[in-house]
Amino acid sequence: MKTSVSKAIGQALHEEMERDKNVILLGEDVGVMGNVFGITRGFRDEFGADRVIDTPISESGFTGIAVGAAMRGLRPVVEWMYDDFITVCLDPVMNQAAKLRYMTGGQITIPVVFRAPIGAGRRNAGQHSQCLEALFTHIPGLKVVCPASAADAKGLLKAAIRDNDPVVFLEHKLLYAKQEEIPDGEYVIPLGKADIKRPGTDVTILTWSRQVYFALEAAQTLAAEGISAEVVDLRTLVPLDWETVRASVCKTHNVVVVEEGVKRGGVGAELSAQITEDLFDELDSPVCRVAGKNVVSPFSPVLEDAEFPHPAEIVAGVKKTLGR
Amino acid sequence: MKKEQESCDAKWYLEAYERMVRIRQFETKAADCFTKSELAGNIHLYMGEEASGVGTCMALRDTDFITSTHRGHGHCIAKGAHTDKMMAELFGKETGYCHGRGGSMHIVDASIGILGANGIVAGGIALAAGSALASKYKGEDAVTVAFFGDGATNQGVFHETVNMAATWKLPVIFLVENNHYGVSTEIHRITNTDTLAVRAKAYNIPGVTVDGTDVEAVFHAVTEAVERARGGEGPTIVETLVYRYQGHYCGDPAAYRPKEYLEEGKKNDPIDKARAQLLKLGVKEPEIDAIDRRMEEEIEAAYQYAKNSPDPDPNAVIDNVYSSDNERSVLR
Repeated sequence: MKTSVSKAIGQALHEEMERDKNVILLGEDVGVMGNVFGITRGFRDEFGADRVIDTPISESGFTGIAVGAAMRGLRPVVEWMYDDFITVCLDPVMNQAAKLRYMTGGQITIPVVFRAPIGAGRRNAGQHSQCLEALFTHIPGLKVVCPASAADAKGLLKAAIRDNDPVVFLEHKLLYAKQEEIPDGEYVIPLGKADIKRPGTDVTILTWSRQVYFALEAAQTLAAEGISAEVVDLRTLVPLDWETVRASVCKTHNVVVVEEGVKRGGVGAELSAQITEDLFDELDSPVCRVAGKNVVSPFSPVLEDAEFPHPAEIVAGVKKTLGR
Repeated sequence: MKKEQESCDAKWYLEAYERMVRIRQFETKAADCFTKSELAGNIHLYMGEEASGVGTCMALRDTDFITSTHRGHGHCIAKGAHTDKMMAELFGKETGYCHGRGGSMHIVDASIGILGANGIVAGGIALAAGSALASKYKGEDAVTVAFFGDGATNQGVFHETVNMAATWKLPVIFLVENNHYGVSTEIHRITNTDTLAVRAKAYNIPGVTVDGTDVEAVFHAVTEAVERARGGEGPTIVETLVYRYQGHYCGDPAAYRPKEYLEEGKKNDPIDKARAQLLKLGVKEPEIDAIDRRMEEEIEAAYQYAKNSPDPDPNAVIDNVYSSDNERSVLR
């Protein structure tokens, strides 16, 4: 059955709330309005106002409250309206949720999920368009999930809610409306498993979130020119499915990492470093990064489209890597 | 105070006195160890503020919860933490509460409701409200006390959290210990109200200011706040006026304070006051002295335990970052 990514996310939340009474939702406009993208429409009537909590615009406070509730055994799913808003609530995420298990010697578990839309392309300018996954992967104690497909968004969110660690779950806004087939019935996709979206032999393209679709488009273009690209959707950045990465690199010996977020200090930089450190002898060429420019997301559509990678840049990156 | 509460009797005072002396002795020993470089890092001492933590925790059940601060030793002891495991944590030992992963600023004993001291000023306030939300959601009648200092009341998250807790009638008590100094900055230089409890008005909840050197006064104020919270009426701000005998951290000479501050504090010593009250209630001096000696012995034993405990295994440094998929998540 075809379902949009946003509906798939809604299904995951709904199924987990039905399954486990400890799952509660909180965030701005998640209740009466049912989320700005309509993901939780009707939930408040069905599950009650004490489980679907409309918060004031107090990200630091309600994120901290969710972490405290998780310390006491609830499984809160927090929604930030945009991931850009992490700037006003980083303490409960970075210094509390991420660290308390370790700092208490394992006495406390924090089963909380932080959901947030990411990404450019909606002409919302610099404070509503960022891809901040690199910020989160830098923090020990957080797991970071960035689904691309509707099926993955559902299965991974269910796994994230059941996970006993804090999980940052980043959803690309421009994928919400995408209609895709998802499996019937109950299913969970474990965190930390990449998915080979398209097998290939000449080059490995490592990517996640919306860039998966651009990479697949690029792979099709490249195929017409006789280049066989393997597109690996990492799906989860922490924990990383190193086995799949390694196997693909050892097969193709060429790597292009594609991300929408800014290049400097990005996840691509980290992947490039790990591959270079561990698999140097396997490489026929330097790891190539195709990523967002180190700029603020501009408002003008013309400028914004010039800021983050599109299929043409991925094609160019692959050709450069292969010397073609 | 809305209604008269009965005065506390000798039995109550003996317990309160013992807990306060336990804290004073623990802090004295910790300061001694720190000065002799037996402890790494930094410690923030609670001497002078004992009546605030003890009066508060005497109003709680074992099943209630607290969050604490960087100056948290006293709160943890008041809530019932074991001084040997606490001292071992200060020493960074495997036998410490957090197996040496947290240290002085991060003592936690989840089994008796201590959800954690916290190194971030105001960091525990929202966590406490979250604990209260969980209690309310589960239909349990536990309350949660958020301990924090005067400095924390100027953090945004304090206001955000009090507003939500008040609106949602969460069973939480905001216990602000006003020792008048955030590190070196005197509170009235940076705050435009005479008291901190007056801020409760803005959130339409009760706010009371009490003498934090009077353990019974604190107990009565918190008891009322606890009854209100347990009864589903929501939070209260309780401000205890206290003196911080030491500087911000152990070794801080506190040259930024007038000498009258400490003189006044020593004149209002919470333990001296409790001792005087015990005598007034007919308890004989030798019985009180025996408590002092017993506490001294307990803390000496805690020190020996800590000193003789093993260090953590360096090979276990990556343990417990995550509860599942730890190895893969840490190393990649």
